[in-house]
Amino acid sequence: MADKIATREAYGKALAEFGAVYDNLVVLDADLAAATKTGIFKKAFPDRFFDCGIAENNMIGVAVGLSLTGKIPFASSFAMFAAGRSFEQVRNSVGYPHCNVKIGATHAGITVGEDGATHQCCEDIALMRTIPGMVIINPADGVEARLAVKAAIEYRGPVYLRFGRMAVPYFYGDDYKFEIGKASVLADGSDVALMATGIEVEQALGARELLAAEGVSAAVVNVSTIKPIDRETVAAMAKKCGAVVTCEEHTVIGGLGAAVCETLAETYPVPVLRVGVDDVFGRSGPAKELISYFGLDAASIAAKAKAAIALK
Amino acid sequence: MDETRKRELEEQARKIRVGIIDAVYSASSGHPGGSLSIADLLTYLYFEKLRVDPKNPDDPDRDRLVLSKGHCAPGLYSALAHRGYFPVEDLKTFRKTTSYLQGHPDMKHTPGVDMSSGSLGQGTSVSCGMALSAKLDGKKYRVYAILGDGETEEGQVWEAAMFASHYHLSNLTWIVDLNGLQIDGPIAEVMNPAPHEDKFRAFGWHVVHADAHDFDSLEKAFAEVVADDRPGVIIQHSVKGKGVSFMENNVAWHGAAPNAEQYEVAMRDLGER
Repeated sequence: MADKIATREAYGKALAEFGAVYDNLVVLDADLAAATKTGIFKKAFPDRFFDCGIAENNMIGVAVGLSLTGKIPFASSFAMFAAGRSFEQVRNSVGYPHCNVKIGATHAGITVGEDGATHQCCEDIALMRTIPGMVIINPADGVEARLAVKAAIEYRGPVYLRFGRMAVPYFYGDDYKFEIGKASVLADGSDVALMATGIEVEQALGARELLAAEGVSAAVVNVSTIKPIDRETVAAMAKKCGAVVTCEEHTVIGGLGAAVCETLAETYPVPVLRVGVDDVFGRSGPAKELISYFGLDAASIAAKAKAAIALK
Repeated sequence: MDETRKRELEEQARKIRVGIIDAVYSASSGHPGGSLSIADLLTYLYFEKLRVDPKNPDDPDRDRLVLSKGHCAPGLYSALAHRGYFPVEDLKTFRKTTSYLQGHPDMKHTPGVDMSSGSLGQGTSVSCGMALSAKLDGKKYRVYAILGDGETEEGQVWEAAMFASHYHLSNLTWIVDLNGLQIDGPIAEVMNPAPHEDKFRAFGWHVVHADAHDFDSLEKAFAEVVADDRPGVIIQHSVKGKGVSFMENNVAWHGAAPNAEQYEVAMRDLGER
């Protein structure tokens, strides 16, 4: 096993793996199979792969028709187009009738890199959260991405899966049990809880080390299911640490930060500071540089953590 | 078509029109014009063409119908009620807060509705997915979708048309209800989608014309598109508001309900008085 893998890569491999188990699993793409990695499924099951061309809105509707006739469709594109362009198709054709459609959205957030702002979707979680009944999963690593695909197949109803372009390390082993709606505590701590999702889990773990060097004890919670959010774990960790920092590669408006604030306001209010894309558009650049440029890196999280503790 | 059968269908269509007016009048809102223009089409589909069973509305092998122009729900509901999916009396609960007969079709709560619709253009793609699924499974059911003529101004319709042709969906039939009117006025003036025939042909479809208010013409058109190995579209030339004198060809009745006096005139026009 390579020591790093992009969650989009794990997604494509999982589709091919579970395609062999589920005869009714079908995959749709909108001319991005090489990038979204659904091409791996296409190679294994060419008869169950349908390229829809550069027409995402139609792709979502076709997926709905397939779901209503016994298939489990995964419709893939970049997050920008799957959740952005096709928002209203997802809302009215998938969400309202609660269809068994899975949306595999890759290239989420600013780590798309050089393609720049038009392709860096930092609004998809916010958009999808507003749709009643929509499940949103943003896996942290290759192991979790694979298990999230499996869970989405076994779950009956709409699921939005968010995958990244950039390779990330493994945080989980073969013994990891993923469950929709359950956050996982990756590292315990007592001064501040870093609640992270997707590629930000790696940065949060880095921040934990920086803080430890200064004698600050930080817990790291991987909130991979953003909807329904794990209210129990979020509240319990807030109670234990007394301060929270949310970390996401997404706008600070309407995403994980918002979901955590809403949860804590109603359960156990503590100071919460949000690390995320601060209400600005993305820009071109190497992914790693952009993580620092937008203040999503370990050092930025550590600074926010100290500020959050100061608010206690 | 046999003359006796034709008379039966005409009587059925009359009852369906009465149901449309009853529903819209009871709700004091809704879309009578486009519902009346497809009343004969819905009659032909539900009482002649579709292989469906009201006792088993979820039969996986049934023919599917997607009312892509979902605002014409009164037409669909009236046809479903008269076909036996639910009591005709319930049409009077249309658009009421606790009713299962929502303003636009809701498949989760209304028996016989194959897809929730109303946001124009979206039903076309869903019909493609259903037809593709039948092909994958080697099943014999057919998929139909009803589109408004104004609806063809939506880009998604043409994305779906391209898809249907690309994947050889010969089991798919669309009916475009060409009544010539949309909310803001005549389609030719608002945003002219004509010529439909040339556009669909260019997208690889088999195109047939029909008189929307003549069962012989509808029968012939359906026989022709079903026999072809391309996806087929029937352009049905209709009269918006057909059957109710003051609603015919009057855009004001796209989305308006009759008052008590107008209701009485409509009932007389439909032979109920």
